[in-house]
Amino acid sequence: MKKAQTLSRGQRLVLLAPYLWIVAFLLAPLILILKISFSHTVLARPPYRPIFELSEGLAGFWTKAQTFTFDAYRVLFTDSLYINAYISSLTIAAVATLVTLLVAYPFALAMARAPEKWRPFLIGLAAAPFWTSFLIRVYAWIALLKDEGLINKGLIALGLIDAPIQMFATRFAVVIGIVYSYLPFMLLPLYAALERQNPALREASADLGATPMQTFLRVTLPLSREGIIAGVLLVFIPAVGEFVIPDLLGGSDTLMIGRTLWNDFFANHDWPTASAAAVLLLVLLIAPLAALERMRFGQKDLRP
Amino acid sequence: MSLTTVSGSGSAPLLSIQRVSRRYGPVIALDDVSLDIARGEFFALLGPSGCGKTTLMRCVAGFETPDSGELLLDGEDLAGMPPYRRPVNMMFQSYALFPHLDVFENVAFGLRRQGLNKETIAGRVRALLQLTQLDSYGSRKINELSGGQRQRVALARALAPGPRLLLLDEPLGALDRKLREETQFHLKKIQRETGTSFMIVTHDQDEALALADRVAVMRAGRIEQVASPNDIYERPASRFVAGFVGDTNFIDGVVVFDSAPYLLTDFGRIALSTCCLPDGRRATLSVRPEDIHARHDGPGISGIVEEFVFRGDNTLLRVRVGNDVILRVATWDMRFSVGESVMLQFPLDTPALFAEEI
Repeated sequence: MKKAQTLSRGQRLVLLAPYLWIVAFLLAPLILILKISFSHTVLARPPYRPIFELSEGLAGFWTKAQTFTFDAYRVLFTDSLYINAYISSLTIAAVATLVTLLVAYPFALAMARAPEKWRPFLIGLAAAPFWTSFLIRVYAWIALLKDEGLINKGLIALGLIDAPIQMFATRFAVVIGIVYSYLPFMLLPLYAALERQNPALREASADLGATPMQTFLRVTLPLSREGIIAGVLLVFIPAVGEFVIPDLLGGSDTLMIGRTLWNDFFANHDWPTASAAAVLLLVLLIAPLAALERMRFGQKDLRP
Repeated sequence: MSLTTVSGSGSAPLLSIQRVSRRYGPVIALDDVSLDIARGEFFALLGPSGCGKTTLMRCVAGFETPDSGELLLDGEDLAGMPPYRRPVNMMFQSYALFPHLDVFENVAFGLRRQGLNKETIAGRVRALLQLTQLDSYGSRKINELSGGQRQRVALARALAPGPRLLLLDEPLGALDRKLREETQFHLKKIQRETGTSFMIVTHDQDEALALADRVAVMRAGRIEQVASPNDIYERPASRFVAGFVGDTNFIDGVVVFDSAPYLLTDFGRIALSTCCLPDGRRATLSVRPEDIHARHDGPGISGIVEEFVFRGDNTLLRVRVGNDVILRVATWDMRFSVGESVMLQFPLDTPALFAEEI
């Protein structure tokens, strides 16, 4: 890294600040969780052992470190509750991300192709949901989705159905909630990617004999890839660990890892298992992230 | 060579533009434009920015729809035909190369849409890359190319589907001066070799004169003159054309018929070879700097050298004649100095006489 050596002292100092921030507020808690995940549960406060004291010195640290166990991880892989929660979290998040992408893409396309003077207004509208509390917006969906909710009542009034369809407290409701809540996070990167596409590229494609559909598939879509990747990451990653939406809309049989974690921490006081579940979740999420990053930089072998 | 397009029989024009108009709100981009482009012709639309030349080209490509008038390609009405079905290709000013595809795939794009088989496509792309001197660049990404290389990829890509008419929007605009001249020769060669009709849009008069068989000079949505480059230069049809194409002197005066017609100016008389204007009409004569001969003595109109600029192949003099008329005179004689008096001889042939616009 020759470039790094040419940094001046001032530049290094400036670079140091964000790194210190990351160490203090991201890495340190993470290490704490990692440590707890190797501990064992006890009926005490805090509810795990060992607890390290600075006064014990290195020798004390070493003896206590030898009591670390993989019990918590063993639970994760043997208890079907956790396995099911992971699978269901990943499936729900994946489905919700896909639906969000399919809903957001036409929106973003319309925004990017709208007359230039309208665009700031349309972006404002896309961000408008952020003006009210996230919790209240999710609560509002309960009123819409429940058996005697607006949607069912409307459908019955129209004579389309006789009895209410159960939507509230299902996975469907969770997917709806995620799609609704995370739509702006998909919309904005897609819009940014589509908006900066040179319109002459579409004209060139049409000029060379591509129908509007072919132009979309061969030019617009591949050129919006960065936006798609960014949007998918921004929706999928928080959706996997989502706690509030499944808690409010999912009912008791929708297991997602966020809720399971919450239960372990606050109801069962099983901190090591909860920590292990969190660590495993992190690993599960870093894998697709790394794969997508690789895709983003390894564009060489892209040929239609 | 395999890239040659089949030329039809007869002398019917390839493209016939008939009374085409287009307006954007209050702005008239095209005002009743009619134009014929022949098969195999290198045609240039020349004019300042905003004169409607790009709009006209975009109407032919199908990106704009004329408000009225007809576009006939080989007698077939192009109205309602989307761009992707027109047998016309365009080389864009910005090149509009696909950044996610390599050079090969950019050139192959139009061929793939025609559903040709792999071998045919590969063969044709190779031939085009060879034609544009890009043989070894097939697998390069667009962002790895220089400006001149991109320009050639854009040309190869537009030629690939074998268009009956190739539209070129300011094809040399983004190139530096030296490369531009080289590319001009190259473009002409490719046009000759492929036999494709080229229609080029440019604001650069040198480019239009150098490249085209025929030039249409446009101004404010109208065509001022359509003629060969030589006629455009030597026999401009309007004051605008004379001023826009090349360097010229505008000399104001009054037409007088004596035994022969002459132009009575502030500084003397200039004989007129032909004159279709009535006696006493105020008019402007356009005379190119190289058509005025400056001598140290002899007959002519006398003037004082105010300034001179050495231009390599010749010297440009600024000569004051009369009280406040400055004429630009090009000369190969370098023995003039500032303040010296010179005799100016005007050309015998004066085709560029324009009645004062009322």
